Amino acid sequence: MLDNLNLLVIAPYLGVQLLLDGIFIGAIFALAAYGLALVWGVMNVKNLSQGEFVIMGGYFAWYMSTYGIHPMYALPVAVIGMFGFGWVVYKTIISRVVEKDMFTSLLATFGLAIVIQQGLNLAFGPEVQVAESGFPTHTIPIWGGEITVAAIRFYSFLICCVLAGGVVAFMKKSRMGQAIRATSQDVRAAKVMGIDTEKVFAFTYALNAAICGAAGVLISMIWVIQPFYGITHSIRSFVIVTAAGFGNLAGVLMASLGLGVVEQYGGFILGAELQQATVVGMLLLVLIWRQVQMNRVRQAVQ
Amino acid sequence: MTAVTDDNATEAGTGRRRLMSRNDSFIFAGLVLFGILGPILFPNYTFQIAVLWLMVLFALTWDIMGGQMGYNSLGNIFFFGAGMYICAVVQVGLFTDVGAYTSVSGQGDFRFTPDQYYIGVAVGLVAAAIGSSLLAVALGWIVFGLRGPYFAIGTLGMALAAGELVGAWGWVGGGSGIPMPVYPGSGDGKSYFFYVLCFVAAIATFMFLKWLYSTRFGLAINAIRDDEDKAQAMGIHTLRHKTVAWAVSAFFLGIAGGLFGNMTGFIEPLEVAFPTVTFGIFMVAMALLGGKGTIWGPVLGAILFHFVKEATWTYFLGWQWVTLGAIIILNIIYFQQGIVGWLQEKYPGWFGIEVDARAPAKAPSKGPAQ
Repeated sequence: MLDNLNLLVIAPYLGVQLLLDGIFIGAIFALAAYGLALVWGVMNVKNLSQGEFVIMGGYFAWYMSTYGIHPMYALPVAVIGMFGFGWVVYKTIISRVVEKDMFTSLLATFGLAIVIQQGLNLAFGPEVQVAESGFPTHTIPIWGGEITVAAIRFYSFLICCVLAGGVVAFMKKSRMGQAIRATSQDVRAAKVMGIDTEKVFAFTYALNAAICGAAGVLISMIWVIQPFYGITHSIRSFVIVTAAGFGNLAGVLMASLGLGVVEQYGGFILGAELQQATVVGMLLLVLIWRQVQMNRVRQAVQ
Repeated sequence: MTAVTDDNATEAGTGRRRLMSRNDSFIFAGLVLFGILGPILFPNYTFQIAVLWLMVLFALTWDIMGGQMGYNSLGNIFFFGAGMYICAVVQVGLFTDVGAYTSVSGQGDFRFTPDQYYIGVAVGLVAAAIGSSLLAVALGWIVFGLRGPYFAIGTLGMALAAGELVGAWGWVGGGSGIPMPVYPGSGDGKSYFFYVLCFVAAIATFMFLKWLYSTRFGLAINAIRDDEDKAQAMGIHTLRHKTVAWAVSAFFLGIAGGLFGNMTGFIEPLEVAFPTVTFGIFMVAMALLGGKGTIWGPVLGAILFHFVKEATWTYFLGWQWVTLGAIIILNIIYFQQGIVGWLQEKYPGWFGIEVDARAPAKAPSKGPAQ
């Protein structure tokens, strides 16, 4: 551990490499986390199957790449496919737990997560998969060393920005976006004003699944996917949303990039086997920090 | 949350729920009879029935927090794993050096005489129980400022983190685990020995909780479930009660962990000691299936769940997990009050709950599901 720290001091370009990787990965985390914040804020459902949606999206890309189709083309397919899937999940499961208390939605989505994990495992096997994009990798000399930037990471970062911008514009300008925002403010008032909240809920959940699907396609190209990696993605989303609060896109973005960077550094300094532990450790730290914050005003985190 | 807690407040007004004592003792006698005759009638299933008793213990201990106190933990499995590791370290460490033992995975010149083995198990189980309780007290400082979903996620994170950290801790064997000391005797002897211990542990848990829920402490944790702020205003030291409740469930889970580690003979952090998505979620599912917030619910739920689980393992091999996930979802969506909760709603008389026929039937409306 100290050796690795020392290495960072001797070779500062490694730090730049980690920082860049963290930002590229963090941008994708932001997508999934924004989806969670949306669902949480609008319908008060804590979606623990968030990570599984991401992994499902990844399998779209990987599956298409096994047929020789470039995984980039999987992006629209995954978005549409996951939108449909999200709608079905809402109609069959989520619509029945929206009215109930929070633990119900948490546990129901945890059950859903298990079903999706195992379904993917049965369908595609437990191997770790990568969707090869075939884009070149560039090396940039810096401070006596050189850092490598895969072109695909850069493109995926751009796609993230475009997608996030698109979602924000949609929420601000479109009729449905307005309805979603109104519902998140006050469900009853929105109902009184003639908004079909049931439809808004279904749309929000499906939109969340679609965003996660897009994130998954990018993850499968710049990182790895495996049926059981979903839970870490779910926890990441929870860390980010807990740290940033919902309805706060700038906060979600900063927290995501921060988490991505911390995770890269944690994995490097503590060793790769503790990278997952870093994510979970961040969750505990954020929760403790929130408690300290709330304690000052004599409140519990709820 | 307010609407839900109001329901519970009215429910608490109807008095404490209890099975009629005669029914109680009949069912209890039946269970004990099954416990004694089980391994004699079905000697091939001794291990399975022993695990069944552990499942009963899991569901009961989860229900202390989730059912009676309204704190839904997803990470109680942490104490199971902690107990398992404490027990293993004590069993090995009493007679030899733990680091040396784990570094060669128990191979080499490590022999335990029968006396050493039994002393090790006895001391190990006590240490596991006490150690887990102490961990619960220590962690209580961290997690009890969290409510609702944050508590669930926080405890889940705790269990996941524990698995990862133990996996990176070389002294206790890291990811490759610890082989437990070998039982001095035949395989059958081993399975009966641990069967008896599991059975006694489950029965002891049941008796203790039954007593605990009838005391003032039981009322206090129910008050915390119904409305924590009001309970606090009434002078209940909520943090202390919550910590004690958690320590109680950790105490028994620690024993269960020590027993299970010895039964399987090999412990390892991710699959055996901290299996968050298997045992960790099973204990929640079992308590919900039977009906949380009741004393018989978790017992019934655990027995049913275990049979369903074994059946799916046998007949839907490959699909067992999908089936189990589906059961959890269906249970949560359609049958949230659980079996005993439903019975309680339907036949409140059986449970000693008096419903005034003239009043609009309202009192035990929602059952313990919250």
